[in-house]
Amino acid sequence: MQENISTQLAKRIRLTALELCYHKKASHLGGAYSIADILAVLYAHHMRIDPEQPDDPARDRLFYSKGHACTALYAVLQESGFFDGLDLHEDFTTNGSYFTSHVNHQLPGIELSTGSLGHALGVACGVALAAKRKSRGYRSYVIASDGELDEGSNWEAILFAPHHALDNLVLVIDYNKLQSFGRTDDVLRLDPLGDKFKAFGWHTIEIDGHDHALIDAAFREAKQTSGRPTAIIAHTVKGKGVSFMEDTLAWHYKSPNDAEYAQAKAELEAAV
Amino acid sequence: MRTTFIKTLCEEARKDERLFLLCGDLGFSVLEQFADQFPERYLNVGVAEQNMMQVAAGLAMEGYSVFTYSIGNFPTLRCMEQIRYDICYHRLNVKIVAVGAGYAYGPLGVSHHATEDIAMLRAIPGMRVTAPGDALETELVTRRLCRDTGPGYIRLNKAGEKPVHRVPIAADCLDMIQVRSGKSTAVLTTGAVLGDMVDQVDARALEFSVYSTPFISDISPHQLIELCQRYEQLITVEEHQLNGGFGSAVVERLADLHAAGKISRFPRVRRIGIPGTFQGFAGTQEYLRAKAGIVLPDKQDQHVDR
Repeated sequence: MQENISTQLAKRIRLTALELCYHKKASHLGGAYSIADILAVLYAHHMRIDPEQPDDPARDRLFYSKGHACTALYAVLQESGFFDGLDLHEDFTTNGSYFTSHVNHQLPGIELSTGSLGHALGVACGVALAAKRKSRGYRSYVIASDGELDEGSNWEAILFAPHHALDNLVLVIDYNKLQSFGRTDDVLRLDPLGDKFKAFGWHTIEIDGHDHALIDAAFREAKQTSGRPTAIIAHTVKGKGVSFMEDTLAWHYKSPNDAEYAQAKAELEAAV
Repeated sequence: MRTTFIKTLCEEARKDERLFLLCGDLGFSVLEQFADQFPERYLNVGVAEQNMMQVAAGLAMEGYSVFTYSIGNFPTLRCMEQIRYDICYHRLNVKIVAVGAGYAYGPLGVSHHATEDIAMLRAIPGMRVTAPGDALETELVTRRLCRDTGPGYIRLNKAGEKPVHRVPIAADCLDMIQVRSGKSTAVLTTGAVLGDMVDQVDARALEFSVYSTPFISDISPHQLIELCQRYEQLITVEEHQLNGGFGSAVVERLADLHAAGKISRFPRVRRIGIPGTFQGFAGTQEYLRAKAGIVLPDKQDQHVDR
């Protein structure tokens, strides 16, 4: 893995998300920044995709369950060439545009519209099951937030995937430990989260979700795992990369004002 | 009905290798023939209806034509958002089959009374809602939905329904189907209450026409205009809440036709169904239908108490 490629990609994801949230007064920068490094490593080094053939049956699929953090996904898809001919910056949340502020499958490169939490993992189970039944080699990735693990539908799917030995399925939990009203520990405790996944029969890997080498290694380990799905519990920081946003609940909601925008942009551009 | 359904689905699955059947751990002694013949296209997902619909969506994305099977409200109300967002918004090829329409599981209690599903499912864009009236209609809607490529819903009664149709129904039929001829009143039914209504018309020598409506989402404006020309009164009958159900669908379409000037006279329309109540006591399907007031009036001007 050339780490500088994904590091630079993560930087551009964060800058694009900042522009979108600032200019269009949109929310969820905190959740976009906690997942930016994982998206960067996934798209730079693991997803077998071709923007010229977004519906190629052999492609790897990403099901982005935390659809509210859409700016990070839109940014990485733009960087990957899926939005050539579209104007993300102009059209984001604009009347009549498919760039809604929860991800939308009407756009190329997006498998599933989300925004309602707890849907993507079950759908990905169906897609992974189809690959097994049809002996197809594509892999299915799911990125879910921690807060949405409160949804019972997720636990139905968490039971399902190991029972059917879906080793072509990888679930990444963006464990930034903040949800809409506060800390996950205070709202509805998830810990010991790794033990829960292990008990349910998942191959479970816990990593620092901002360390590109560890993220890359986790995806590689998942590919080597047979007979059961892999859960990557990525310990992350909400708002990662901008000092005043980090680990701050307010950035689940806020869009930056002029001063905040300027400072955030300066910090992000100064990063290596 | 459920036997006809699974027999028909097996016949279609022999011809169409895309057909896949999921169940939510219900359908014992019904689904085995499909599971035995097509094990690679069958799965019991467990008692997890939300996940059943999500898995169905995923399978459909990969080219399968998926049927999901369970009873009562479990494959519908329990997982409405999966149906709306994952299946219908993505226009996926998933057909939902619920056994136990209305009070078919009467003695089991309100948990098993499926009495709001038509209203909820017909509100979702792209969903074809069907409710067959007897075995031949069950075969008709099953074959039709096997050919469809978008979302659908089959509302089955259970077993032992009165056979009403004597001759096969044209495979492309989406219209209301006339089964009795009368004079100034037409009874429009949907689902297995058809047999009961036909019995009432025959036994009481009522001079009512009777039409069955297996395809609730496909009520044709042309056919409604024709009915308005031929009949002074329409009576809609459903084993479902009056709020938002089949009768509401008929009245909505009539109102649109009237507003558009396509019918000059708005017919007298009586809606017979469940008047906004739960029936919290035990009872057979016949008993609970009668308690809910699902009974035809004797003649055209009789007042129906609610």
